[in-house]
Amino acid sequence: MNPFHYQRASSSDAAIELRSQQDNSRFLAGGTTLLDLMKCGVEQPETLIDISQLSGLDTLRFEDDKITIGALASMSQLADHPQCQALAPAIYGSLWQAASPQLRNMATIGGNLRQRTRCVYFRDPATFPACNKRQPGSGCAALDGVNANHAIFGISDSCIAVYPGDLAIALTAFDAQVVLRNSQQQERRVAIGDFFLLPGDRPDQEHDIAADEMIIAVEVPNVPALRQSHYLKVRDRASYEFAAASAAVGLEIEDGVIRDVRIALGGLATKPWRATAVEQALRGKPFSEEALRLAAEQSIADADPRPQSQFKVTLTPRVIVRALLAAAEPAQRGE
Amino acid sequence: MSENIRLQLNVNGHQHDLAVDPRATLLDALRENLQLTGTKKGCDQGQCGACTVHIDGERVLSCLTLAAQAAGRDVTTIEGMADADGTLHAVQASFLKHDAFQCGYCTPGQIMSAVACIKEGHARSDDEIREYMSGNICRCGAYPHIVDAVREAAAQLSKESA
Repeated sequence: MNPFHYQRASSSDAAIELRSQQDNSRFLAGGTTLLDLMKCGVEQPETLIDISQLSGLDTLRFEDDKITIGALASMSQLADHPQCQALAPAIYGSLWQAASPQLRNMATIGGNLRQRTRCVYFRDPATFPACNKRQPGSGCAALDGVNANHAIFGISDSCIAVYPGDLAIALTAFDAQVVLRNSQQQERRVAIGDFFLLPGDRPDQEHDIAADEMIIAVEVPNVPALRQSHYLKVRDRASYEFAAASAAVGLEIEDGVIRDVRIALGGLATKPWRATAVEQALRGKPFSEEALRLAAEQSIADADPRPQSQFKVTLTPRVIVRALLAAAEPAQRGE
Repeated sequence: MSENIRLQLNVNGHQHDLAVDPRATLLDALRENLQLTGTKKGCDQGQCGACTVHIDGERVLSCLTLAAQAAGRDVTTIEGMADADGTLHAVQASFLKHDAFQCGYCTPGQIMSAVACIKEGHARSDDEIREYMSGNICRCGAYPHIVDAVREAAAQLSKESA
């Protein structure tokens, strides 16, 4: 780890001020991504501004119109909230199936949104000096390397690193907003679909967030489909593993007709990936397994796999169908 | 550039004043500064769970926590589990009874994790124990006995608290 200065912030405004004054500084919350990447030599900040002990930013509110999640709430706090499992099953599922209990106690919601890819080439600068995500223009070892678990959607000639998280997949399915505050104490709301950036030729730029902005909360519209939602995570081992493919889905079915459907995919793309074409194909249609199967095929129209990741093209529609069937189950039973 | 910082760590009910490099993790401070070597360094990357300790009663990874972040908070390590008279914690006793280890390196982390797992209410079935103990890797593969130990300790602790 490179040497750095450690500062514990006294308030969020003080933290943002410190951050805006120092180019190569980072907010330190749970530390599960940042300290890990510092040990790998990927992150080399000169100053860490510890925001983990700030009060008031870990509020959780489940209201009729929206769910508000404070940025410093831990993943466990949100999962353990008495209303999370019942009111937002996809969010709950994306939390308890992520990482490990210890990591979920540490990791914050804000930090979770800023977690970085697990691409082995990105994480190993000593062995693989070239990485367009670390240094744009330097090259990419993954393009012709071991890339079975790399992205098949949203890739560019520069980067095929997969977005590794679970929670943001659920947040993307339900059009969450990321609330940011800057050093002028101005707040800005960014739609989650815009918060995550495509790699293009600047894969180092991953989020729509300025140097003087801090994530202070996430807001999720409390739509009916959220109540009937599900997160399906398919992976190489049963627990404590990143997704090979995952789907956060939600359904609103009225008299057997799909009024609203939400589908976002994880483990497959360079950012949380909304399956818009499948949603469009299903909206207004009678609910049936056959209809789901037909529509889910549209998810892979723009897939761009490597030979090793071809299996994900087969996996994607299956995961979508399974997830939707699981979400529909209570309604099918007439609950 | 990174001058030492002074901080106070409260570990197993004892206050310690120390001066550490800002880069020092809680794991390193426990082992190197306080000679509490029960907490183990496995992967040092947050992937194996060997370094699990409790901060303010919650299980966390001490390898991904800066010592400075733990300042002023209550840290509990495996050395703080048994009673002052040496009576083992129910989970420790259960691990012994069920032979829930082979080499023993992951065991302090397993026990710290299991104590929290039971307290959280996540030890209600074998499947739930496996899921909520998945952050602790046992390279020897003692998992079946670990599940046995956690199940029995959970039953015993719930009987005691009833």
